[in-house]
Amino acid sequence: MRLHRSSSGRFAFAAVLLVLPFVIDALLGHGWVRIADFALLYIMLALGLNIVVGYAGLLDLGYIAFFAVGAYTYALLGSPQFGLHWPMWVVLPLGALIACGFGVLLGAPTLKLRGDYLAIVTLGFGEIIRIFLNNLNTPVNITNGPQGISAIDPLQIGSFSFGSSYEWLGFRVDDVHLHYYLFLAFTLLVIFVSRRLEDSRIGRAWVAIREDEVAASAMGINTRNIKLLAFAMGATFGGISGGLFAGFQGFVSPESFSLMESVMVLCMVVLGGMGNVGGVVLGGILLVVLPELFRNAAGPVQQALIGRVVLDPESLRMLMFGMALILVMLWRPAGLWPSTQRRREFAAEDSVLQQEQETVYDARK
Amino acid sequence: MTPESECLLELASVGKHFGGVTALADVSLHIRRGEIYGLIGPNGAGKTTLFNVVTGLYQLDSGSFDFAGQRYTRCKPHLLAQAGIARTFQHIRLLANMSALENIMVGRHLRTRTGIWGALTRHAAARAEERDTVRRARELLEYVGIECAHQTLAKHLSYGEQRRLEIARALATEPKLLALDEPAAGMNATETVALKALLQKIRAGGITVLLIEHDVKLIMGLCDRVAVLDYGKKIAEGVPEEVRRDPAVIAAYLGGSGGGEA
Repeated sequence: MRLHRSSSGRFAFAAVLLVLPFVIDALLGHGWVRIADFALLYIMLALGLNIVVGYAGLLDLGYIAFFAVGAYTYALLGSPQFGLHWPMWVVLPLGALIACGFGVLLGAPTLKLRGDYLAIVTLGFGEIIRIFLNNLNTPVNITNGPQGISAIDPLQIGSFSFGSSYEWLGFRVDDVHLHYYLFLAFTLLVIFVSRRLEDSRIGRAWVAIREDEVAASAMGINTRNIKLLAFAMGATFGGISGGLFAGFQGFVSPESFSLMESVMVLCMVVLGGMGNVGGVVLGGILLVVLPELFRNAAGPVQQALIGRVVLDPESLRMLMFGMALILVMLWRPAGLWPSTQRRREFAAEDSVLQQEQETVYDARK
Repeated sequence: MTPESECLLELASVGKHFGGVTALADVSLHIRRGEIYGLIGPNGAGKTTLFNVVTGLYQLDSGSFDFAGQRYTRCKPHLLAQAGIARTFQHIRLLANMSALENIMVGRHLRTRTGIWGALTRHAAARAEERDTVRRARELLEYVGIECAHQTLAKHLSYGEQRRLEIARALATEPKLLALDEPAAGMNATETVALKALLQKIRAGGITVLLIEHDVKLIMGLCDRVAVLDYGKKIAEGVPEEVRRDPAVIAAYLGGSGGGEA
């Protein structure tokens, strides 16, 4: 995010982020603050997937599984399900760690796969996790099966619960506002980590693997470890986000972790701009906010134009979503706000020299 | 035979086949420290296969090779790079969308340490290492004579510059043996002369060079010793002058039973 370089710009940006939930609340209502919370969760997820897909170039279609692992870790250890009520500062890191382990577990057998094949295996992995969660209610009831786990403890630090409302100096702060700040803090942390990693020896190795794995290994990059690291980092972010999700919702069920969700997160990364933190954040915001807008606007607009609701807003939402995807892929194939690197990769024009070189190869064949 | 200390790379009866095709059969050769060793042969003779075997891209089917006193039969590319074998590719494999400088910085990966923690905290040691990486990369660009191109994307460099960049990237791994797969392919005469000077400079800097080349003039003018491969077998080895007159070599290049005249 190169928007706010100067210190005054930074300050203004921070101020905007701080008052944003109250502005949204005043202008659009409570529901939209909740949507903002979800946007932040999705941004975290998308940033995690961005490490795997955007940096290292490994197409992962089962990413939501790590979100599920984080969410269920929180749900199992902080709910009446087992009567455990472990504190958030234990459960969140634990969820991240377990998700990280699952990242390695997925990464290890898929190291030799690329492109389509990797996509298929990761897709299968995502489904396996979901189906497990769906069926782990017999013979021993662990996950409660399709009913999911409810009455999950709210996110809480000491006696301060993010799930309650507080009144300070005659100023009412609700749970959605509190969650906003908590999620914002985590999102900023994830952004910080992404940016630091991107511009480092590790980040360069990821890009090298994406660009040419054979050359990368010939240069001494241990492609196995570096790929596993990408899977592990991405999964960790997914796990954190999942834990926060469980605490925020108070309820998790396997339904929330369908393939569609993986596709949604992948779309955020691709639409926003693979490999660019700012682009991914933008993609996350757009893909959470736009569908909500459609959902709210589709009914009234039809009513006004043709006097009745012909198309169900829900199905119209998917139609709009699909169209937006196609348009972006046509006009901005590298995403709305791509990294400079990715823009180069998608640039249609090849240099004259490149073409010359190719003719040399052709002639030699 | 050369004493152990003088010998950097020694292949003992190396064999490699793909299905029914024998790419390398019982190839033995040794490369001494500090020499420029040429590997020639007609198309399909197994030169690149041999390269891929000693750089770990292929696993050999029989035999073994010793590099710097260590025996290898199966090995991963990154471990051989670690041991000190760096290579370039016949079909240039630069990181096309990274700048020239970044390409070389990636080559420094092997000789640097910064991990996740260093990347996140950017502690003093990590910053110093990063500075050093940039400095070394710039030095190498200068060394191969393309310092003006450091911000240019690899794919926008001229053909000759790309070849040089690939060499610089290989040198960034601090190799003992630099293996070049047809570095002069597609170069014009001027570029080839400059390449020759560069390779001599690299050798003078103490790095052993293994060279696959089709340009016979370059091989003859540059190499201390040459091996000739044909159909996966070594048919000759020695100083360039001898090899050039070897009837088996002439036959391999011109066909026939060895009686042909060049």
